[in-house]
Amino acid sequence: MSGDTIFREYRISDAERSDRSAGDRLRHRQKVRESIRENIADIIAEESIIGKDKDRVIKVPLRGIKEYRFVFGDNSPGASQGDGDSRPGQVVGKTGKDGPGKGDEHAGDRPGVDYYETDVTLEELIEIMFEDLELPNLERRALREIQSEYSSRRKGYRKVGIRIRLDKRRTAKQRVMRMLAAEKRSDAAARALQESQADRENGADADVDGALDEIALEDSALDEGTIDEEALADSPGVAAFQRVRHRFPFHQKDLRYKHVEVDTKEESNAAVICIMDTSGSMDTMKKYLARSFFFLLYQFISTRYRNVEIVFIAHHTEASEVTEEEFFHKGESGGTFISSGYAKALEIIAARYHPSLWNLYAFHCSDGDNFDSDNPAALKDAEELAEICNLFGYGEIKPLGSRYYESSMLNVFRRIQAPNFHTVLIERKEDIWPSFKAFLAKDRVKEGS
Amino acid sequence: MSATPNSGVAPHITNWSLNDLVEWDERILEKVAEFGLSCYPQEFELCDHTGMLGYMAYSGMPSHYPHWSYGKSYEKLKTLYDHGVSGLPYEMVINSNPAIAYLMRDNSLLLQILTVAHVYGHNDFFKNNFTFKSATRAELTIEAFKSAAMRVRRYVEDPSIGVEKVERILDAAHALSWQCRRNFAIKKLSPLEQMARAEDTAQGRPDPFQKIHARKTVEVPDFHKVPLEPDEDLLLFIRDHNPFLADFEKDLLTIVDEEAKYFISMMETKIMNEGWASYWHKRILESLDLPQGLHLEFIVNHNQVVRPIPGQINPYHLGLKIWEDIYRRYTTPTADEIKRDGPPTKSAAEKMFEVREVERDASFLRRYLTEELMREMDIFEYEARGEELVVSKVADDDGWKEVKATLIKSVGTNSIPVLKVEDADFGGNRTLYVKHDHDGRDLHIEYAEKSLNYLQRLWGREVVLETVLDGKRSLLCSNDRGFSVRALK
Repeated sequence: MSGDTIFREYRISDAERSDRSAGDRLRHRQKVRESIRENIADIIAEESIIGKDKDRVIKVPLRGIKEYRFVFGDNSPGASQGDGDSRPGQVVGKTGKDGPGKGDEHAGDRPGVDYYETDVTLEELIEIMFEDLELPNLERRALREIQSEYSSRRKGYRKVGIRIRLDKRRTAKQRVMRMLAAEKRSDAAARALQESQADRENGADADVDGALDEIALEDSALDEGTIDEEALADSPGVAAFQRVRHRFPFHQKDLRYKHVEVDTKEESNAAVICIMDTSGSMDTMKKYLARSFFFLLYQFISTRYRNVEIVFIAHHTEASEVTEEEFFHKGESGGTFISSGYAKALEIIAARYHPSLWNLYAFHCSDGDNFDSDNPAALKDAEELAEICNLFGYGEIKPLGSRYYESSMLNVFRRIQAPNFHTVLIERKEDIWPSFKAFLAKDRVKEGS
Repeated sequence: MSATPNSGVAPHITNWSLNDLVEWDERILEKVAEFGLSCYPQEFELCDHTGMLGYMAYSGMPSHYPHWSYGKSYEKLKTLYDHGVSGLPYEMVINSNPAIAYLMRDNSLLLQILTVAHVYGHNDFFKNNFTFKSATRAELTIEAFKSAAMRVRRYVEDPSIGVEKVERILDAAHALSWQCRRNFAIKKLSPLEQMARAEDTAQGRPDPFQKIHARKTVEVPDFHKVPLEPDEDLLLFIRDHNPFLADFEKDLLTIVDEEAKYFISMMETKIMNEGWASYWHKRILESLDLPQGLHLEFIVNHNQVVRPIPGQINPYHLGLKIWEDIYRRYTTPTADEIKRDGPPTKSAAEKMFEVREVERDASFLRRYLTEELMREMDIFEYEARGEELVVSKVADDDGWKEVKATLIKSVGTNSIPVLKVEDADFGGNRTLYVKHDHDGRDLHIEYAEKSLNYLQRLWGREVVLETVLDGKRSLLCSNDRGFSVRALK
């Protein structure tokens, strides 16, 4: 063997060029996303998403991207090194972890070192939900970008402002005005200059200097045609002064800006009132359907109003205002008085959201069970709600097949004549978007009004 | 296009230049020759942490076929590195001719010297140990990986194949890749040779008293059975016996199998190999007359690498201990040892070179890990009891043999269950019958289920796996109706 060892120097260009894993990382992320998509119903059913910060990071369990092999199970003992005085019976670790810590990273001789979770932002999750619900792309964008409608109007002019609001016409006028005013002053200055010309060797008279400075130096910051100061120094006196007189640049003081004031409209307030019957058991699919419907509603309302508030009302035989968390996790058995939820909604509206100041959107999700004795009261309250709300909807969530043997409120509510009341039946996730659209079509305040 | 924003741009400060490395390398090579190590030509490549992470994700290969699992592995390594959970290795070296090693360019001069010496230890081991000699052809390594990479890329880009179909096979093949032969020094018989052997076995030994004995009935072996002898190479067996596989699918199975076989040797000699390299970097650096500053740095770093890690087996530590013990026993044996084994018959160097050539981890530990060493290192056995892992045996007079047996069971390929194809036409309906050689350790059932699904995917028909679960013989089945477990009598 000879000294023919080769050393290859590190080269930045090589290192930067060779991100060899980029393709495989991308594919891995796609797999992660697929895996999330497959489980989106479970994830949305368990996560609070309505009205939350989009950058919030959510831990999502992953299935399907684990790499499986034939490995030994729990009943295989292991061997490892102690710190010098190991005794039988000593506890050295926990199961489920990778032994007491096996150094060997080869071949995964034990399961469990794979990660099961990944972090996704709420925004990604919502995007995946949109895909899952088969939202048309155009609508998706509208819902993604919350651009509240608010207006602004012009109100007077200011001497300071941002460039884009510069009013050129007014600025030009100001300059002309200042020029006219300055002419008188400079005539006087020229005369003074001629008189003292004989006495001077170089340079300009201090007074003239002052006069020039005021005009020339300041505005050099302002426009491109600055005073040629060298020329001024070389041929002082009248000639230079004439040049200056020919040019009369803009000055900071000339600038005029339009002033704009934000105009907050009162009708830009909206309240979304989510009412849900929590008497029956909410399984994952029901939760997913309800939550995504409420979410869409909230997102949609947010695109139209500047200030949107959301209220969750859970009810069985009694109603109470709850948080989103509780809203989707409260499962109480027992009877149902739908009217209790409506009464609570009316009560909250009366207390906090006066219909003259607030646009009200109420939606009620239920499995359709109600005590017969309560139906008249429910009907009456529903009519009242429809009266004061922009839009009031009733949605019956019945995962496929269950609707044939359960009672339904749809028939009862058919009697309501209000044009802004709408009932929908949601059996599958594919129903969400069509029923959502049908629901919104009845909005009392049409777009653009 | 690096993922890390600050790679390569920051001014790079080290206390060495490339010329220093070349000079030190020459001095080290002199020592290597003096000690009698025999190495392939060596190439070193300096890389930064992104480059190193990339090499780690792709098992050190300069060229490797694409698969999402490597992207996953990269992300994982990078996360661990970015959060400071795990550092980067000082070097990586791959078994090829010439051997290629990567050095971290941020390391100090001493670390580079130490690493270079360490790499020559590995290099010598690759060239001389029988597992590597029998399993791989070092001069072809790089080319083989490159060719595989090109083929897989071509399949991915082929409009009639595409990434989905390629992944369908690769995902499944990866799950089964370690289900292959482990000792390549043992020749695998061809079907014809197997037939001949079956015939010999059936005829029995020639009987010198045949005339006076009753004529033996010769049972004709069933030559139609596939396979004649249980077959460990699952991927290759499927490749050769599933007529419905497309050519590219067969090729993918070959590629994965070849790569697995390349890494089996690494797995089989982890402790020996690391111990050997650590032993020689120590010997070489001690003989180099390092200046005092470097020498102190060497001691610190060496001890860092070969320190025992309680709760784990540090292959550097365990390997080095055993190699040093062999050296000691062949230079200054104790009186007891002479009484027990007789005086040494060969020099320590001779013995060590012999061992480095003919052993692998399992046999290395079995032969050279002594009771005294085990006690000194406090090696114990643990098992799961409920939620906790509890020490069950320690290396005392009663337990050391069992602890050693457990340790041996967990090294190299012993940590992978042995599965063999018994019958490719079980029940006459092309069901694949696979048997697990149960050695007291049960399979992890969830993992077995998924892996069996992959096996079914590749085989295209029902697959059944015979194993033992909680002491009961059981049959795991995976077919179109799903996965099921039933007990056998």
